[in-house]
Amino acid sequence: MELFWLAVGTIAVGVFGCVAWFWGSNWILDRIYPPRGLNAGDNIRKANQIRPWLFLGPAILFLTAYLVYPIFDSLWRSVHNARGTDFVGPSNYAWLMGDGKFRESMRNNLVWLLVVPALSTLFGLLAAQLTDRLKWGNIGKSLIFMPMAISFVGAGVIWKFIYEYREPGENQIGLLNAIVQALGGDPQLWLTLIPWNNLFLMIVLVWIQTGFAMVILSAALRGIPEETIEAAILDGASPWQVFFKIKVPQIMGTIAVVWTTVTIVVLKVFDIVFVMTNGQWGTQVLANLMYDWMFRGTPDYGRGSAIAIVLMALVTPIMIWNIVNAQREVR
Amino acid sequence: MEGMAGQKSGLVWAVNIAAFLLVLLWTIPTLGLLVSSFRDRDQILTSGWWQSFSPQEATGFVRTGTGDDAVQQDGLYVIEGTVLEEGQTLIGWGTRAREPAAFEPGETAEIGDGWQVTVAEDGTYRMTSPTPFEMRRGERIFVTTGAPARLTTENYNRVLTAEGLGRAFMNTLTVTIPATVIPILIAAFAAYALAWMEFPGRALLTAAVVGLLVVPLQVALIPLLRLHNELGIGKGYLGIWLAHTGFGLPLAIYLLRNYMVGLPREVIESARVDGATEFQIFRRIILPLSFPALASFAIFQFLWVWNDLLVATVFLGNTREQLVMTGVLRELMGSKGGEWEVLATSAFISIAVPLVVFFAMQKYLVRGLLAGSVKGG
Repeated sequence: MELFWLAVGTIAVGVFGCVAWFWGSNWILDRIYPPRGLNAGDNIRKANQIRPWLFLGPAILFLTAYLVYPIFDSLWRSVHNARGTDFVGPSNYAWLMGDGKFRESMRNNLVWLLVVPALSTLFGLLAAQLTDRLKWGNIGKSLIFMPMAISFVGAGVIWKFIYEYREPGENQIGLLNAIVQALGGDPQLWLTLIPWNNLFLMIVLVWIQTGFAMVILSAALRGIPEETIEAAILDGASPWQVFFKIKVPQIMGTIAVVWTTVTIVVLKVFDIVFVMTNGQWGTQVLANLMYDWMFRGTPDYGRGSAIAIVLMALVTPIMIWNIVNAQREVR
Repeated sequence: MEGMAGQKSGLVWAVNIAAFLLVLLWTIPTLGLLVSSFRDRDQILTSGWWQSFSPQEATGFVRTGTGDDAVQQDGLYVIEGTVLEEGQTLIGWGTRAREPAAFEPGETAEIGDGWQVTVAEDGTYRMTSPTPFEMRRGERIFVTTGAPARLTTENYNRVLTAEGLGRAFMNTLTVTIPATVIPILIAAFAAYALAWMEFPGRALLTAAVVGLLVVPLQVALIPLLRLHNELGIGKGYLGIWLAHTGFGLPLAIYLLRNYMVGLPREVIESARVDGATEFQIFRRIILPLSFPALASFAIFQFLWVWNDLLVATVFLGNTREQLVMTGVLRELMGSKGGEWEVLATSAFISIAVPLVVFFAMQKYLVRGLLAGSVKGG
């Protein structure tokens, strides 16, 4: 119960603190530069120069402390030893290049990068197009979208009931093996089946991300001007041609956005691997490898940070692409 | 498309069926978990969840009595007993593990030395021998039994009280609510400044926010943990609230700024002309008008924090009292791989709250996604 009051207390303090800051600082500013009297114009101008920074202050503080500073701190740690006491130059990175687990993680991440965004976008597009004009389309969409609300860990449990293995001939309690056995095949330990086990982990993420892709692409499909479609139909285009030659080209921009967004999720994928295989049996990925070096056994912050920086470097191109796009929209 | 669809009703059918299959494929995994969470603990181990509603077939063995239990009847030594438990029916039986259903109920099997076993339909067995039984342990009789399907809410009672999930539920709630409310406030002010105030560096700051959207939070874990330790915050709720606030801010500012930019300029300009201060404009005009965007972000942040495992593991700690629900689930998957009913029920409880939020506020979630689809995870 005291926990409950602690939470309520924090909300109150947090909310009150924020309001007090914004209201109080504005009030003080208006006192120092009152917007009336002889210097009213001058005062308003001065106050308006300062006010944005009052509004932005807490946000800038948080962003700097929780996102910007850590990037530089990680950079610093990545060129120091395990405890951060001695400068070691690029040796952590050199070690990474030679480490088998790191190479395995890079290779796996690369496969994840190819498979998951492609399949999520494909299924998302398919779902968006199929449910578009159906009477029960919205219910269908909700159900496909639903996994989005489920945690990666919860999804891990859910898929355990699909991938579970029992000895051949026994009653299979995993759905996939039950189907395989019913069709006359041998049940498999899907999660230890190198290298296909990676694919079975990826399916979990595709299952989660498809709904996201569907929602975005569905909106884009609806935004296509009707005239272009009608004109194509009048010219005798088949439904396939309408879809691939008229609709898809018009939503290429949105497909790119979906693709990059899923890509970022994939680069950071951690929980699914963490709870389902913990990187064993050739399924290691960068985020989980980093977790291993930072929190398991004797932590090595140098190596862990180096892996984090590699991750950061991998998202940077997308970051730049996003910024450029956002800037173009502003203009 | 309507015109075409009208002409080709075959196509309409194909679309309906394809869509249905797709939806089914996406729903089945979750459905499996829901059904499993109501199953009996023994049945969940012996049959798939899709068989939950049909009688449960199971195989096992029973040991007969030993020589001490034998009685003499008509010149034979006889051991009697039953192979069934309450509520079970006998489908078949056998004397070897490989063939647990070699004999029909009522049949008699020879097992050497003149020994004979009969298992009747009601489960009573009768083992006879012309010479006294001398074995110390009973013979094994293998049985294939059927039991009525059993669905129960017992798992929920057990998990919520005994397994510590109630505590984890409270922990999760304690983490989630402040971590959802506080960033909204901070972001709303910042977003207003970025959207409607003129100042040098505005474009740069906006670009920075877009850039920070994709920073992998793995980068931040160690530096922040050290920072928290140095500041004396350490591991605990305060730390995790601050961390989630920091990590959530870029998306919050980005979503809210994009929404606020689209608000009608005239309303804000005329309020300024009427002498309203920026703070008044923000509170009386911007905040109420931005409700949909605020709701969108609130749902995002709620789902994200509720479902998070990594930040909680790092900033809150891993003792029994500190675990959030995802942490408990992770432990269950590792250590109690065999207790499927506990795992299924715990998992369903942990996803129930986000699912309710999801279905209740889907409209805002979709709107937020459409506005902020640059962000990932």
